[in-house]
Parts: sequence; structure tokens; C-alpha cells
Amino acid sequence: MNIILSAIGGTIVLAIIGIAVGLFLSGIDRRIVARMQARIGPPLRQPFTDVKKLLTKQSIVPANAIPWLFNLMPIAALASSIAVLMYLPFGSLAPILGEAGDMILVLYLLIVPSLALVIGGFASGSPYATVGAQREMVSMIAYELPLAISVVIIAWRLMAANVADPFSFMTLMETSVWDVAGPLGIVGLLLLLFLFMWITPGELSKVPFDSPEAETELAGGILAEYSGRNLGLFSLAQAVKMVGIIAFGVIILLPWNLSPVFGMTGAGAAVIDLVFFFVKVIVVSILSVTVVRTMMARLRITQVVKVYWFVFGGIGIAAIILLMLDAFLMGGV
Amino acid sequence: MKLTNSLNRSLWVFHFNAGSCNGCDIEIVATLTPRYDPERFGVKLVGSPRHADVLLVTGPVTNQMADRLRRVYAQMPSPKVVMVVGTCGQSGGVFHTSYNLAGPIDQIIPVDVYVPGCAPRPEAIINGVVTAIAKLERLEGGK
Repeated sequence: MNIILSAIGGTIVLAIIGIAVGLFLSGIDRRIVARMQARIGPPLRQPFTDVKKLLTKQSIVPANAIPWLFNLMPIAALASSIAVLMYLPFGSLAPILGEAGDMILVLYLLIVPSLALVIGGFASGSPYATVGAQREMVSMIAYELPLAISVVIIAWRLMAANVADPFSFMTLMETSVWDVAGPLGIVGLLLLLFLFMWITPGELSKVPFDSPEAETELAGGILAEYSGRNLGLFSLAQAVKMVGIIAFGVIILLPWNLSPVFGMTGAGAAVIDLVFFFVKVIVVSILSVTVVRTMMARLRITQVVKVYWFVFGGIGIAAIILLMLDAFLMGGV
Repeated sequence: MKLTNSLNRSLWVFHFNAGSCNGCDIEIVATLTPRYDPERFGVKLVGSPRHADVLLVTGPVTNQMADRLRRVYAQMPSPKVVMVVGTCGQSGGVFHTSYNLAGPIDQIIPVDVYVPGCAPRPEAIINGVVTAIAKLERLEGGK
């Protein structure tokens, strides 16, 4: 009984933290983009205002839509992106659902918000949303290959170093893969870091991989028919998903904690680690989302697939070869 | 229809060209440049009328565009504001005696704010947005 109560309470707290951090991240993102374009930019609380406004506006269900599916999908997207957070350890805090899930489960859960978007797009019965949904499916297929490569090879390298349970998040937080790898492995891990930096904007449908939501050609793509509360829920889901995917990258590739450096223990250590963790999340989001989205223009959907499969897939395979060579040279296998 | 303070601070704009000569449209694009930066106040250009709070209409309404204008207006979720940019939308402007006009705009859809000028300068368009915000605040206070 106690376990259930604490799980429910933890979920509510986590949902609030996830939404707040996610909206704050998009506020920072918009502000930095504005500064990079020599503008002043919106205040940091702008995404909060936007969502508040959307939640009070009228929600229109188009005549062509399938109403129950159309209204259900925003909720499914938000719920599944909060579910991702429940499996992730933040700093030295263990995940709410403990050891119940591992990296492979989170890989699947990260697909669900995009899938909800796709279903919502098809259910809205607009040609623009349909084209957007098809593009979203294609880009999901595209970025899944380099993402799976990087996750599997990191777990394999840990296993080769005789670390028990290499797919568990707690193992990843405790044993950094950078400590295990030799010089060749470090090169491979740097490649994976580069890879992850380019997977993140694809997962989040940000420029240059935003062809599913292309505003200029598809009138908002998948979200073209969504308005009011449903659009607000989708933007909340997007914000939480941004925290989820970046936190996932931080856990598998930048897992260090600050508390061992200061030799702290107990509650103080948890707080310091949590703050440090979110600082890492913010820095990674600025580098991999904000800077990239200011620098580049949108790629066509065919270019997205080519880039992810051949360029990033190739880099991923190079990283696999380097890490395997490293494991053989270090005598792990 | 519910008016809230957060609506004034995040007006999303959808731009509709009802047969304009493109002069006003260029001035609208100029308004969105870094020099004026309306994103400071939460103003954002969106691609779909479903996302929009403000409908920016330019041009006298041609017979072909009248029905489209009505439909785009109906697609916007309320509360919504309609802003007419340019003289054409108010009187027909230089196209006043044309055989092909269904407009001016306020005969097709209800209009809240008029920005006169051929074409209005970006400062005038920003003043129009401020007028729209003031009107929203007045309506909100009256509720």
C-alpha cells in the first residue's frame, strides 16, 4: 500500500518537475535563439504563458476528424512522456519505478509520444496533418537506427568490462563507460556523443529535422488541426519529452555526479547531484537543439533519411568497431 | 469565450492575403524582423489558423477569396481578434471601383482593429497590435 502511495505521489511531483523544467528549457531555447539572431527575445516565462493561454482557448474538433482518437492522443502523448521520466535516475536519486525498467524499455517508451502525434495527425482528417504524420513516421524510422546503435554498443562495452546488468540505468550512473574504455574506446565514445547530439533534434522534430511540422509548407503539419487545450497538451508533452530524451543522453554518455568530488553524503548530495544533472541537461539542450536550430535550415524528408542512415549510421558503425577493438585490446572479452 | 491575461501576452498571428498587392505583406514581414522583434511580447507567426489568436488580413477581398476568408475565420478557436492591415481592406483602396471586389473586409467578417496606410509602416502595425491588446484588456475588464 505504502509503495503504491509513494509511487502515485512521486509521479505527480515528477510530472510537475518535468513540465516546469521542460517549459523552462524551451524558454531558454527561444531566448538564446533570439540573442543569436541579434534580437532581445521573449521572457523566460513565455512558454508558460503560451500553454496557459492554449489551455483556456476553445478546442475545435474538425468535422472530418475521429473525435475520440483526436481528443485522446494529446493525453496519451503527455502521459507517455511523463512515464519516460519515471524510469530515469536524476543525479543520485533512484528512479521512482526503481529497477523495473531498463534502457531498452525507455527506448520503446520514447517512441510512444511521437506515435501518439502520428495517430492524432491521421485522426484529424486533414491532408496537411496526414502528410505530416507520414513524414513523422519516416523520420522515426530514420533516427531509430543510430539511436539503437549507440545504446546497444554502450551496454556491450560495459558488459565486456564485466559490469553486471549493463542495461540498467543505476549501473550506468554508477559506472561511467568513460572509465571503462581505453584510448580507442574514448574516440568511439566521442563519436557516440556527436551522434547523440544530432539524434536529439530529430527526436524532438526541431530544425533541421522538423519536416513533419513544417510551418511554411504544411501549415503546422501534424498539429495543423489541433487547437486550444489539445494543442496545449501536445506542447506540454513536447516539453516533457525534451527533458526525457536529453536526460536519457546525459545518463548514458555524461553520467558523472558532483557529490563524490566534494565528498558529500545524504540529502545534501542528492540535491547537489540533482542540480548538477539539470545543469548538464540545460547545457546539452543548448548545444544540440538551440545552436543547431539557429545555424541550419530545414532538410527535406529524403535528406533526413539519408543523413540518419548513411552519415550517422556510418559514424555509429565506426564507433562500434572502435569500441570492440578497444574491448579486445583491453582484454575484456 | 473566456478572456485571460495570458492571451494578451502570447498573441499568435495568422497572416491571410485576400488579394493584396503584396505591399502590406512585405511590411508585415518587416515588422517580424529582428529590428522590431515582436517576439519580445510573445507575438509569433503561426502556419495554421487553428493555432492563431489574431487574423491579420491584407488586401481588398476579391470574389474568389471571400468564401476562403469566411472559412479561415471560422476555423480559428475563440477568443480571436481580426486586424486589417492597409487601406485596401478598409475601403478597397486603389481597387475601389473594381468589378471583382466582394469586400471591404468588414462586410465579410467582423473586424476589431484597422491599420490604415498604403502600405502601413511597421510602427503602425505594432501600434495596431497594441490597440488590439488594449481592446482585449477593456473587454476583459468589462466582463
